[in-house]
Order: sequence, then C-alpha cells, then structure tokens
Amino acid sequence: MPYGIGILKGMMVTMANFLRKPSTVQYPETRLKQHPRFRGEDFVWYEERCTGCASCAKYCPLGIIKIVTSGSGSQISEGEKYKLETFDIELARCMFCGLCVEACPYDALHLGSGFERARERKSDLVIPLEELRSSPKRPSTWFRPQLEKKNHNPFEGQTITWSDVARPAIQDPDYEDMGKRWVDDR
Amino acid sequence: MESNNIFNFLKDFFNFLPPSLSWLNYIISGFILTFAVANVLLITTALFTYMERRVLARFQSRLGPNRVGPFGILQPFADILKLITKEDIRPTAADRFIFFLAPIVLVVPVFLLLAVIPFGKNMYIVNLNIGALFIVAVTTIAALAIFLGGWGSGNRFALLGASRAVAMLISYEVPMILALVGVVMLSGSMSLVDIVEAQRLPFILLQPIGFFVFFLAATAEMNRPPFDLLEAESELVAGFHTEYSGTKFALLYLAEFAEAVVFAGIFATLFFRGWQNPFVPQDWFQFFPSIIWFFLKMIFFLFIFIWIRATLPRLRIDQVMSFAWKVLFPLSLINLILTALLVTIWPEPSTIELWLMVIINLAVGLLCLVLFTRFLEHNRIKPTQSVFLATKQGGQ
Amino acid sequence: MNIRTEPITINLGPQHPSTHGVFRLRVTLDGEVIVDVEPIFGYLHRGTEKLAEERSYTQIVTLTDRMDYVSSMLNNQAYVIAVEKLAGLDVPDRGKFLRVIAGELQRIVSHLVATGFFLQDLGAFGTPLMYCFREREKILELFEMLCGARVTVSYMRPGGVFQDAPDDFWPSFRAILDSLPYFMDEIERLLEENEILLIRTKGIGILTPQSAIDNATSGPVLRASGIPWDLRKSNPYDVYGDLNFDIPIGTNGDSYDRFLVRILEIRESLRILEQCWTLIPSGPVRSKVPYFFRPPVGDCYASIESSKGELGFYLVSDGGISPYRCKVRSPSLINLTPLREMLLGWKIADLMVIFGSLDVNMGEVDR
Repeated sequence: MPYGIGILKGMMVTMANFLRKPSTVQYPETRLKQHPRFRGEDFVWYEERCTGCASCAKYCPLGIIKIVTSGSGSQISEGEKYKLETFDIELARCMFCGLCVEACPYDALHLGSGFERARERKSDLVIPLEELRSSPKRPSTWFRPQLEKKNHNPFEGQTITWSDVARPAIQDPDYEDMGKRWVDDR
Repeated sequence: MESNNIFNFLKDFFNFLPPSLSWLNYIISGFILTFAVANVLLITTALFTYMERRVLARFQSRLGPNRVGPFGILQPFADILKLITKEDIRPTAADRFIFFLAPIVLVVPVFLLLAVIPFGKNMYIVNLNIGALFIVAVTTIAALAIFLGGWGSGNRFALLGASRAVAMLISYEVPMILALVGVVMLSGSMSLVDIVEAQRLPFILLQPIGFFVFFLAATAEMNRPPFDLLEAESELVAGFHTEYSGTKFALLYLAEFAEAVVFAGIFATLFFRGWQNPFVPQDWFQFFPSIIWFFLKMIFFLFIFIWIRATLPRLRIDQVMSFAWKVLFPLSLINLILTALLVTIWPEPSTIELWLMVIINLAVGLLCLVLFTRFLEHNRIKPTQSVFLATKQGGQ
Repeated sequence: MNIRTEPITINLGPQHPSTHGVFRLRVTLDGEVIVDVEPIFGYLHRGTEKLAEERSYTQIVTLTDRMDYVSSMLNNQAYVIAVEKLAGLDVPDRGKFLRVIAGELQRIVSHLVATGFFLQDLGAFGTPLMYCFREREKILELFEMLCGARVTVSYMRPGGVFQDAPDDFWPSFRAILDSLPYFMDEIERLLEENEILLIRTKGIGILTPQSAIDNATSGPVLRASGIPWDLRKSNPYDVYGDLNFDIPIGTNGDSYDRFLVRILEIRESLRILEQCWTLIPSGPVRSKVPYFFRPPVGDCYASIESSKGELGFYLVSDGGISPYRCKVRSPSLINLTPLREMLLGWKIADLMVIFGSLDVNMGEVDR
C-alpha cells in the first residue's frame, strides 16, 4: 500500500462532491418547505370554540398565556361561555412546545405555521386578543389528527373554519378502570 | 534587455523627449510597467480570495458569497473596505517600530518576486541571470517578517507561535532550494526566462520527484494547509498576527494570498513550460496569446491549493519538522544526484533521450515511494484491526 | 519582555471556537508539554433539576430535551422510562417501536455532529463537517414530520409517544435508510486511511480499561477502551431485547478508536432501524395517562444508553403532581473525570484532539 493513498482517496471524494449540485439554497428567494406538522409561531384561535377555561394557561410550562375573563357579576348558565377580556401570548419566551394545544379540550387553540415573526421591540412580541381574532386561520396539523385526515396543509394557504376543525367524538375512557387505578389502588 | 518588448515599446512611446532626458524616459516607462504589473497582482489576489471562498464552498456542498456585486465578485473589495475602517490598535507592550514594520516587510518581498517571472512571450520586467537564486533569497525575508511580527507584538504567545513558524519556514527552505537546483541543472541557467525556453518537455515529466518536493516545500513556505499551524483557531497559541487589526491585518492577509498567487506563477514557469502551450514543443504553435496560457496554468495551481485545503487536516509542529527532514530532504538529495548523473551522461539530449530520462525518473520515483512506504509504514493499520464488533451480552 | 522557562499557566477561556460549548480549562504548560489541567465548568447552568420540582411530570419533558441539545429524543426517552418505572405505567408496542426508531435516528445525528466537529478541530477546515451536517439535515426533516420541531422535540410522553407518525413519514424514512449507507461509505473513504488523521490521532490520549472503569466512564469512551458494556444489551429497555445488533469495541483506547467506534455505531443504528422497519406493529401509540397524574410515593432510578453514555434519571415522588427531586446522571459530566489523566504529558495540539474525541456536550454537563 503506497503511503499517500489515503490522502488521494480523500481528495477524490472531495472532488466528487465538488461536481455535485450544492445542497443549500439562497434564502430568501427560495424557501424550503416545511411539513404541515411544523410548530410555527402564529397561533390560530377560534373564538367560536373557546370557552375561556384556561386549560392552555394551566398546562403551559412557562406560564406565558395570560387569560382574564369576566364572569362575576352575572350568572353563567350552562351552555354559555366566559367573556374573554385578555388573552395574551408572550412570544418572546414561548418555546413552541405545543402543550397548550394538547391541553385545549375544544380544539380552539392551534399552532400556526410561520417562523418569520421577528420584531424590533420586545413589547411587539406579545400576541394580543385582537391579533388572535384577526389573523388568518391556517393551523398546523400538530396534535390534530382530524386535520391530517383532511390533508390540510397550512403552507398552501388553505384556511379552515371553526366548524371544520372539530375532532370526531372521542370515546369515553373506561371510567371503572381509571377509577380503580387512580383512586382505589392509591 | 534587447528582446524585452514591453519595456522597449514603452521607451519608444516616450521617445519624443530630448536625448538628454533619456534617464527620464527610462524612469517613466519603468514605473509604468512596474505599476501595471503590481496592480495586476493586487487584483488577482483579491479575485483569488473570492475564488477560494467560492470554490471551497462548492467543495463543502454549499454556495459561497454571491450577494455583493454580480456573482459576489466585489466581495474582496468589501472586505478590504471593512478592514481599513477598523480601529488600529497597538498594545502598550509592543515595540513601536518593529510592530509597524512587520506587515511592510512581509508584503514587499512578494511584490519583488514579480520582477523576474515571465508572464508571456518576452514579457517580463527584468531578465536577471540569477533569477532562481533571487526567488529563494526574497522568500526568506518572509520568515524574517514573521519573527518581527511575533516579537513586536509584545505577547509571549505570539512570540512562541512566531518561533514555531520560523523554525518550520527555515527547515522547508532546504528542500525547496535543492529541488530548484535540479531544474537549474537541466536548463543550464538560473534565469527564469531561459528556464521557460529550455523546456521542450515540461520539467514535471523530467523531474517528478523534484516537483513533488518543491510543491510541498512551497506549500509550507506559504503557511497554507496542511501546514497552517500559524492560523489555526484550534491551537492555543494564536500566532503572530493576534495583535494586528485594521490596515496592518489587511496587509498581512494580502501578503499571504499574494504569495500563493506568485508561487502558483513560479510553479507554472519552472515546471509547466511557463507561457508556452503545454502540449506541443514548438513555440510558434499557440492558440491564445501567451499571457493567457500563463494565467490558465496559474489558476490551475490555485485550484489545487484550494483542493488540498478542503481535504486535509492539519499537521502538528513536530510532525511537520520530521516530514521536512526525514522525507523531503532525502528525496531532494536523491533527485539532485539523479539529475546530475543524467545531465552528465547526456549533456545535449535529443527528444528520444529526453523521453528516456523521463522513464528513468519515473522509475526512481516509484522506487522511492516503495522505500519510503516501508520506512513510514509502522503507523499504518487497517481500521478493522483496532475496532471490532462484538455480539456478546453484558460485561464486567 | 523576558522569556522564562518555568511552567506557564494559560486560560483556554469559556469562549473558544473549539471547546464545544462554554468550557474553561486552565492549562499549565512546560514548553509545549501539558503539565497540569484544571477544568472549570458551570457556565451553562440553567437549573434544570430545580425547575423540574416546579413542573408536572408531562411538562418536564420539555425541560429534558434542552439538556443535551444535540440528542433530544434520547433525553426524552430516558426521562419517560424513569417515570414509567416510578408510576408503573405500561407502553403499547407501537409506541415502544416508535421510541426506538426516534432514539436510533437521534443517535445517528449525535454521532454525525461529534464526528464533524472532531474533524473540524483537527483542521480539516469544515469539509467533513459540512458533509455530516448535510446528512443531519435529512434526518432532522424526518423529526419535523414526526413532531413538528427539529431540535427540541418533546416527542415522548409518559405512557408512550404523543402522536403517531404521519403517512408520508414512512417513504422518507425508507429513502434515508437506503441513502445513508452510501454516505457512510463516502465518509469512511474520506477519512479512515487518511495518513494525516492517523498520525494526529493514533496513540494519542490513551485511556486504559482499568482507569475507564475506575472513573465510571460510559458510552463510546468506555467501549473504545476495550470493555464490552452497552446498556442496550445488558439491561434491555423498550424493544432492544428483541433486536439483533452488535456493539463495536476498540482495542487501544486512543482517540482514533473513539472516533471509529462512533462511526461503526452509526452503521449499527442503521441495522436496528432496518429491523424496526419490518417489525413495527400497528396499534395505539400512547396508553391513557392523565395529564396531571400522581405516582405513588417512592423513588426510582432508570437509565438508558444515550449517545454519550449512560443517561439516568433518579426521581423521588411524594405523591404530588411534580417530583420532589429529579436528579440527572449526565454522561458527559462523568466522562470528564479522566480528562486530567488523559491530557498529561501530551502537547498543546493534542489537547483539542483528545477533548474532541471525548464528545462532551456542555448542555449536559451543566444542565
């Protein structure tokens, strides 16, 4: 085995790579495609489905979501919702883990699909209620298998209304088994 | 001086001056020629930095800089502008005069080297009849400049780095000179113009060992990978250019790349028939003007420098020194003795005898490869001998 | 300015291009030879273990994938296995297979990053690094299909995996399984017999087997010293007991062996992934576990073989929705223990080689 053969083999490999097409693209003229499950930055919120239960705020590991509802002063009867006054999501600290989306029992909150939300001031990075209401409804399909069944792709610009985003009826869990496990055996 | 077309052309142009002012004619035409050549070198260096970044990026499967100007070609000028506008810091422990002098002493020899290289048919600044010796002498000043930079920085790590670099540069001078002597013996004169004209067969065929030795020695002289321990970010001692910033750093950077360009030109003249076409031995057979052949060969060598940079890791300083003294020095001595023997046997070789010399040289080269492999083989081990697969469960 | 010949101490500061994160080393040099080494870390401490006491068991998953940010899935896997052992949960088979697939893909990614940066430190100016990162990009796209994020994944939950793989995951997965062996061939051709690499790494930084056991190293560092210990074989978790694979063992314990063990482990991971492709059953991926669940009072320790070594979680539960104490046994921190004895006597230029071959991730060291 002559002495320099390893070096020569290495140089052949580099030359082979030189002659191939480069694998990077020129941003921002060309943008790479993401999968519909991408956990993006704009949150998608359907006001018609939201009841103000604040499960998302409770599940968030960082405590980013701030929900203030007005319910006292008037009797809430069954079938009515709390009136939301503030629903702030602080994007500056959000890590887009999606636990809030996992938490929402009514499929009102979804993750969005963008990632180019840079702003010049930190106070601009909070999403207030009006922006949540008025942003285009292109939810990502993360944790929403019903959207995946419909082949929804947020990057192709399909918007989806509040009635189409619902989950099919969930089977009730086996209450007896859960009760035995988590209450009786403890 | 008689056949120097450009210089004579310029002198004729200025002939309207009266004969008593012929010294002025001499100075003006000399100045214009030198100025033009130096500027061409500067622009070629700038384009070489651009070419290096683009080609290196293509080796790494990505795009290089392509925003500034069409295809990014103004990138080096943007870099130079940025470097010039930076603050020029001088540490208090630095020796003022030497700190100031080091970049200048590094840049000037590179431009001096241009004086003897012929770029085209009868296109050179001066035809020194000790051209090869001039090249070697001027390259040694670069080593001095590195040491000045290290001492003048006032930083003990810069001094350590500079000392290591100077040791490396001095040890690589010896094989370089000996390889050059082989070329000089074959062509019978030290003037570079005569060396180009004496190459009926390109000297790479007649001196393969000499080319190999000279190539590696010159790569080490230029501090290019795999011998670039001076500029390594992963070494602790940071090298002699830590304390330089702003224009001084721009000069050091320029000197390194300009040296690469000039050495590519030197390779082309010494081993690849310079400005002649590389294939047919008659020099009336040219498609292009000769200067274009020269630039093409230069670009080829620059590409090979970049290719080596993209592939090989760095060597450690003691491995660099052992490579110089244990491998390159004996190879250059073998080359010298072989060339001396061949030139004595056939002082005026005809074409058939030239090809015979080529075959003898290649045979000796292969023999050296086999011998050196056996000598250096103790490090070679097949990967499967050192790591093997085991299926057993558990362990201690 | 005078030059003395006594040993000098220099500070390889927290910011340095080659220390793989914020790591500080005070090195005492005598000429070029290293005489003493004092590592100082803690620059990336974020209080993960304390934060874990404030969060519920499901929320801690998001904390764990930021510890060793290069191998997030494996951190998740270690944590959820510990929680399942504590609370006595069981995992459906498809969930186990998806965990193994995600874990092995993440192991490939982590070893690619380690190899790329090791070669970058040697001075190969980024070319092998870029090739390794190009392959890593393809695998990160797979992760994006699985869970929407590339690096900080939060894919696993106690009781399984949070969601099944989408339909277009499987063709891309197959494409990667077909193309990655060719890339490994290319890397091996580029590097394994490269003389300069051999000179720089052979015989450098030897860790003897006895010393490796005494210092409680684990992972590729231990295996390169010649000790055949892999937690996937000795204490199988998830479905590793049913899969067929080998473990690469080195003979010398030098930097070259550590580097080569990682490359061979990538090939073994590809073998495991091939078997998972054929064996994966259908079914649910997550058993029904409430979000805020309360495990019984007690403690447990569970560990897995992550890409850097044995990653273990020790959880103490007091019956509430968050653990009373969560302690992480991080492999990179324990692997740093023999650093001093591996470095003494070598030259400065070898320091980066040895440190790079240990493959330490500062996110895991400091947590």
